[in-house]
Amino acid sequence: MIPLETAPARPGPGQPRPWAFPHVEMRGLGDGLTLLAAPVHTLPLVSVLVVTAAGADTDAPGAEGLAALAARAMVEGTGQHDGASFALAAEQLGTAIDAGADWDGAYASFTALAPKAEAAMALLAEAVVAPAFPSREVERLKGERLADIAQTEKEPRGLAEEHFAAAAYRGGSRFARPLGGTRASVGTFDAAACRAQHAARWRRAGSTVIVVGNMTVDGAAAMVERALAGWRGAPAPRVPVDDARTTAGRRVLVVDRPGATQSELRVGHVAVPRTHPDYFPLVLGNAILGGLFNSRLNMNLRERNGFTYGAGSGFDWRRQAGPFVASAAVETAVTEPALREMLAELEAIRAAPVAPSELDLARQYLDGVFPLRYETTGAIADALAARVTFGLPEDWFATYRERVRAVTGEQVQAAMQAHLDPTAWQVVVVGDAATVVPVLERMAIGPVSVVPEQLP
Amino acid sequence: MQIPIDTHTLPNGLRVTLSEDHTAPIVAVNLWYHVGSANERPGRTGFAHLFEHMLFQGSANVAANEHFELVQRAGGTLNGSTWLDRTNYYETVPSHQLALALWLEADRMGRLLPAMTQEKLDTQRSVVKNERRWSMDNQPYGTWWERLPALAFPPSHPFHHSLIGSMEDLDAASLEDVAAFFRTWYTPDNAVLTIAGDFEPAEALRLVGEYFGPIPRGAGRPALPSFAVPATFGDPAPRTVVEDDVPAARVLCALRSPVFGSDGWYDAQMTAAVLGVRRGSRLYRGLVRTRQIAADVGAYTFDLSRGSDLLVVDVMGRPGVPAEELERALHAQLDALQALGVEEGELARAQALVETDLIRALQGAGTRADRLSQFATYVGDPRRLNEEPERFRAVTAERVNAFAAARLVRENRALLVYVPRTASVAA
Repeated sequence: MIPLETAPARPGPGQPRPWAFPHVEMRGLGDGLTLLAAPVHTLPLVSVLVVTAAGADTDAPGAEGLAALAARAMVEGTGQHDGASFALAAEQLGTAIDAGADWDGAYASFTALAPKAEAAMALLAEAVVAPAFPSREVERLKGERLADIAQTEKEPRGLAEEHFAAAAYRGGSRFARPLGGTRASVGTFDAAACRAQHAARWRRAGSTVIVVGNMTVDGAAAMVERALAGWRGAPAPRVPVDDARTTAGRRVLVVDRPGATQSELRVGHVAVPRTHPDYFPLVLGNAILGGLFNSRLNMNLRERNGFTYGAGSGFDWRRQAGPFVASAAVETAVTEPALREMLAELEAIRAAPVAPSELDLARQYLDGVFPLRYETTGAIADALAARVTFGLPEDWFATYRERVRAVTGEQVQAAMQAHLDPTAWQVVVVGDAATVVPVLERMAIGPVSVVPEQLP
Repeated sequence: MQIPIDTHTLPNGLRVTLSEDHTAPIVAVNLWYHVGSANERPGRTGFAHLFEHMLFQGSANVAANEHFELVQRAGGTLNGSTWLDRTNYYETVPSHQLALALWLEADRMGRLLPAMTQEKLDTQRSVVKNERRWSMDNQPYGTWWERLPALAFPPSHPFHHSLIGSMEDLDAASLEDVAAFFRTWYTPDNAVLTIAGDFEPAEALRLVGEYFGPIPRGAGRPALPSFAVPATFGDPAPRTVVEDDVPAARVLCALRSPVFGSDGWYDAQMTAAVLGVRRGSRLYRGLVRTRQIAADVGAYTFDLSRGSDLLVVDVMGRPGVPAEELERALHAQLDALQALGVEEGELARAQALVETDLIRALQGAGTRADRLSQFATYVGDPRRLNEEPERFRAVTAERVNAFAAARLVRENRALLVYVPRTASVAA
């Protein structure tokens, strides 16, 4: 052991080196298709991401999960390839064509070695322009979704998330139902439904192709134009999702998991859309509350009390109002003190200004870590897709860090007061009802109800 | 594609790998200690991992959790992880914060014990017990990563016991254990340090010398029980059936396979890709796409470096499909590859996927540093990372077939089978 006095002094920072988000060039490719190309020549890789307005937000009532199923089914057979040979063709190029939907959009993508990008792009175009939707594959994907639902019903995190969403939104909201759909909705789908979804939503007009990597802008434009020459049409108009909160006030829902060794806790409510002007104060406020390792929730529930492996919180940013939720998995026996501490932290972040040291930590982290987020072509492509999906300004990445640095403690507190509402908490506890229900009733947070271990 | 690799060894035995890349102002610091759950003594399962948690509880000049705070304040990311035969700690920071990351790692390598208290140990013990519940006890199939090594290695073997540890053994861990484990295993001569990304080599080496140089070499490490095991399990291979609160059967097959970095390990990687990596693999095509008895499949290795590695083939059933049907289908696939061999097209597919994945992984400074530390720790030379593409390309169909003939045999298939608990059992 070295005597303490001889330990080298804690060093300060050196001189920061400049960094900029890769230059992005935008080009119209005709008939409403846009190219975003970001040449990055570090390694011989190219990432391509097609983004279109075919997200789960477009699912009609009763057809929840169709956007996700149709997007996945696009890579399961085309005019030229059946599902198996399509996968093999991509994998022989060392890549895979992935397709899927999230709440606000749908995508098809790959990352390949640069010399293989042109051939991979041709495969991606087959799936996007002319998917065949073979019945056998659509039925298989439906079966896999049903298997996925069965798995989620035995998995406490998935159960907690789905029950929280169902509790938080007004009944009938698309956001109250699972992104991939329910047993009832999935059961109604067939190849024709997938074909109709593709015909209505996966259209050229309004879509964006993002190309990031070892390729010039002209090279990217030529590749995309060639591959997607046959893509036509404009999508059906987008109807906004009902993103209103439940009219129920504060309440507690227990999802009974008999004998569970932990309680999965969720506390939150519907918050605000991604483009809300309070975005930055909310991001900073959440970092302090539950976003960072050294956040209040994690320091309290994990590091002071040892109740959990980790506690945190987050805003789920969507085009329309997504939820804010705090979460932790705690030992069953400490459900009461853990939930009490969680609720207290959610009150405290509104009640008093954040400490300057906390604000500095959050600002310095979000500012400093920004370049680290964009080390890969895939991460850059995903970031550009988010810019497109949310309609963010072109200077978003150039101004992000200065906007983080400009947030004040007053703005944080005002935003947390404005957008977190303790009278509206929807509390979900996935755990052993026999143990936790008496405890939750004693806590008098709100009416307590119990449901079995099934998806809503 | 070659990345620059430069190596140094300090007088105290710390091996240092430098890999410069000035693409972005980002630098990764990565430390591997050659200690994992394999080094635990009887009655202390889970200790190596609990100890990893204690390394974030401060050191002589760093307060509890200040390590996390200082790195995040510097705009960096960090963490640590424990595996059967190594533990790693890493930071990725803006390059002008390199000195801080090195200093923090050196302070805990040199001066951990003054900061250790009973209260910190008790809290982290509770955190780790909750990690066990979260990742294993309260998760469907969660016990697989405790059960599979127990099935594949005999009770006396260092890889047999639980990495996360039993509740009883976690309760038994003491501050004396912390001190002894630290003095024995957390020494510069049992560690490798990698710096990858944007730095000046002379300045980085100066900092490494200043911060890590004075830390004394360890007083020697005790010999571990032998890691040697036969190449196959023998007849009959072990098989365990677990009734659990799960919605579908799942079959995990562990095969003993050559250790990380050996020629045979590359053969195992290619075999894994042919069998179970992505939608074009044999198991996906057969069990997921055509027969629709499985919801998903996978194949991967544990990447163990001593005695024997494990190649795991993982088949998640569709609800309602009996485990016996999954087992039969899995055996049939392994039998077919063993009997008939691999096709050239399948091997080309596997090699193309592996090559892309390798280059994709090298994009991040943190991953680059971690892989360099892995080769430095396990095979003694980080330069081996640059040989990966050619070593994968060198795997021929004949080599895969030889691997299959030797290792895919029935007597090398340890089976862990999960079946949904029946109502009568649950009552």
